Amino acid sequence: MTAIADALIHAPTPKSRGYWASVAIRLSRDPVAMVALAVVLAIVLAAVFAPLIAPADPLKGSMIRRLRPIGFPGYPLGSDELGRDMLTRLIYGGRLSLFIGVTPVLCAFVIGSGIGIFAGYLGGWVNTMLMRVIDVFFAFPSVLLAIALSGALGAGILNSIVSLTIVFVPQIARVAESVTTQIRTRDYVEAARISGAGPITIVRVHVLGNVLGPIFVYSTSLISVSMILAAGLSFLGLGVKPPEPEWGLMLNTLRTAIYTQPMVAALPGVMIFLTSISFNLFSDGLRSAMEVRQ
Amino acid sequence: MSAGREETHDGVAAVAADPRDRGGPGTPLLSVRGLIKHFGRKAGLLTKAGALVRAVDGVDFDVAKGETLGIVGESGCGKSTTARLIMQIITPDAGDILFDGEAVGSSALDLAAFREQVQMVFQDSYASLNPRLTVEDTVAFGPRVHGASRRAAVSRAHDLLHRVGLEPSRFAGRYPHEISGGQRQRVNIARGLALEPRLLILDEAVSALDKSVEAQVLNLLLDLKDEFGLTFIFISHDLNVVRFMSDRVMVMYLGKVAEVGPADAIFSAPRHPYTEALLASMPSMDPDHRTHEAPISGDPPNPINPPPGCRFHTRCKMVTALCAHAEPPLYDVGGGHLAACHMANPASGHPRLAAA
Repeated sequence: MTAIADALIHAPTPKSRGYWASVAIRLSRDPVAMVALAVVLAIVLAAVFAPLIAPADPLKGSMIRRLRPIGFPGYPLGSDELGRDMLTRLIYGGRLSLFIGVTPVLCAFVIGSGIGIFAGYLGGWVNTMLMRVIDVFFAFPSVLLAIALSGALGAGILNSIVSLTIVFVPQIARVAESVTTQIRTRDYVEAARISGAGPITIVRVHVLGNVLGPIFVYSTSLISVSMILAAGLSFLGLGVKPPEPEWGLMLNTLRTAIYTQPMVAALPGVMIFLTSISFNLFSDGLRSAMEVRQ
Repeated sequence: MSAGREETHDGVAAVAADPRDRGGPGTPLLSVRGLIKHFGRKAGLLTKAGALVRAVDGVDFDVAKGETLGIVGESGCGKSTTARLIMQIITPDAGDILFDGEAVGSSALDLAAFREQVQMVFQDSYASLNPRLTVEDTVAFGPRVHGASRRAAVSRAHDLLHRVGLEPSRFAGRYPHEISGGQRQRVNIARGLALEPRLLILDEAVSALDKSVEAQVLNLLLDLKDEFGLTFIFISHDLNVVRFMSDRVMVMYLGKVAEVGPADAIFSAPRHPYTEALLASMPSMDPDHRTHEAPISGDPPNPINPPPGCRFHTRCKMVTALCAHAEPPLYDVGGGHLAACHMANPASGHPRLAAA
C-alpha cells in the first residue's frame, strides 16, 4: 500500500447528510407544519417579550371601563370584567399558560422515556411489573386524574404541573416501552451485544437514537392536551390564582360576561385553541417528516 | 491492532502462529456437544406449560481450525437457532460449547473473551445496521467498546472498509439507507472483522443478495478468510453456494444433524436419504437431466411433535418398520463422514441392506 493510498483511506470522512438534517428539510417543505410553527413561535416570542410588546399593565384595571368591546379606542381587544386591557392580558397570559402547558410534557418526556426504555430494554418480569403499574393510571380518564391529583395536592402552579406530569408519564412510558421493545430485538442490537458492548452503551448508541424521535413526536402531540388540561385546572381554581393573567383562569372569570361581551369572553379560549392546534399540526408534520425512510 | 493483522497475512499458515491459539492445530476451534434448545412457555403459577418447540434437539459437531463448515437444511430445521446458540444470543437449555478446547463461560474463557473471537454476519443486511449510524461508526463501534481511541477505531474502520471494497472516502460517512444491499452486507462483514475474530458465523449472509452481487461477496469472503486466517461457519439453504464455500458440510433436519462430512463426499455420495432428496431437488443446468418428479414432498413435520424414531421416516422413500421406532445415531461411514440413518450401519438390520 503506497503512502498516498494509505493517506486516502485514512482521510477524515465527509459526513453525509444526517437523519435529522433530512427531517428538517422535509419539514421545511410542509406548509401546514411551517405555519403552525410560525404561530407557536409568535405566541412564544410574544410571551417572552410581553413587557416590551404589551400596550398596558396587565393588572391595572379601571372600574369605569369594564367589558369594553373589541376595537374600543385604547382597548384593541376590549377589556375584561375589571377593566383590564385584554390584549395585554392575553400576551402576558401566554407566559403562564405555555409554562404550565409545556413543562409537564417536558418532565413527563424525561421520566416517561426513562421508565419506558428501561422496561422495554430489560423486558421480562421487570417490564411486566412496571407496565402493570402504568396500566393502573390508564384506568382513570386523564381529565379526572388531573383534577383528582390537583385537588389532593392543593391549588397552585407547581402542584398543577406535578399533577399533569403524573398524568402524562404513563402515556409516554407506554409509547417508549413499545418502541424500545421493537428496537431491542433488531439484529443491530444483537450485533452490538456480540461486539461485547454493555447494556448502557447499547442503549446510548443504538437504542436512544432510534426511539427518542418517535417518543418526542408523541410528546409534542401531548402539549395541546396539556395546555387544555392546565387551562381546565385554572378554570376550576386549582391552578393559577387571580389576578395573575392565565388563559384558563381568564376564561373562568370572563364567563359571567358571556352574554354581555361574548366576543371578548371567548378570546382566551381562542388563544388556547390556536396554541394547542398549532402544536398539534406541527407535531403531525414532524411525524410525517420522520416517517419517510429511515 | 494493525500489528496483529500483519501476522495473519499468510492465511492458513498463520492460523497455527496465531498467538491466541491455545489447543494447537489438532484441537477443533469449536466443538458443540449435545446442544439443546426448546422454545415454549414454562409452567407458571397460573398457566400450564405451552407446547415445546424442539428447535435444536441434541446437536454435536466440530469445526476445525481454518476450515469452512457449511450448514444446510430446510427452513425451520434449526440452522439459525444453532448459530444464535453458539453466539449465546439465546441461552442453550443444555449442551457444551468448547472454543479451542475451553468451555465457553468457564473461568478460562468467559463470555466476553469468547465473543471477541467469534463474530456473526446476519442475513438481513438492513436490519443489522443501525439506521442512525454512519457506516464508519458502525464498523468502529466494536473497537470503541473494547477501548480503542476514537481515532484508532476510525482508522481501523477505514482499513476494513477499504478491504471489503468500499472506498472510505466515498462510503464511510454514508448511512445504511444510502447504500445498496450488497454494500450493506460488505459493511456487515467489515463490522464482523473489526474485532479480529477467529471464527465468523455467516447466517444466510448472502441469501438476500442478487446472484451477481452474491458471487462478489462470496469471493470477498474467501479472500478475507485467507488473509485473516479465519474459520467460517457458513449457514445457507442454497446448496450450490454451500458447495462452493465449504470444506465440510452438515445437513440438519428438524433440529438434528442428519449427515455431516467432507463437502465432496456429501455432494457425490450422500448416505442419508434426506441429503439425497435435497441434492435431487437442486435444479440441473442440463436440460436433458430435468427433474420430473419431486424428490421430496410435503413440509417437515411440526417440531412441536417430532415423529418418533428417525425424524425423517415420515417422508423417506426407504422407510421400514425399524425407522418408525428406533432413532438412528450418527454412524461413521469412514473418512470423517457420518450419517444418522440405519442404512449407514450394516448391523442395523434395515431390509434394504440385505437386498443390496
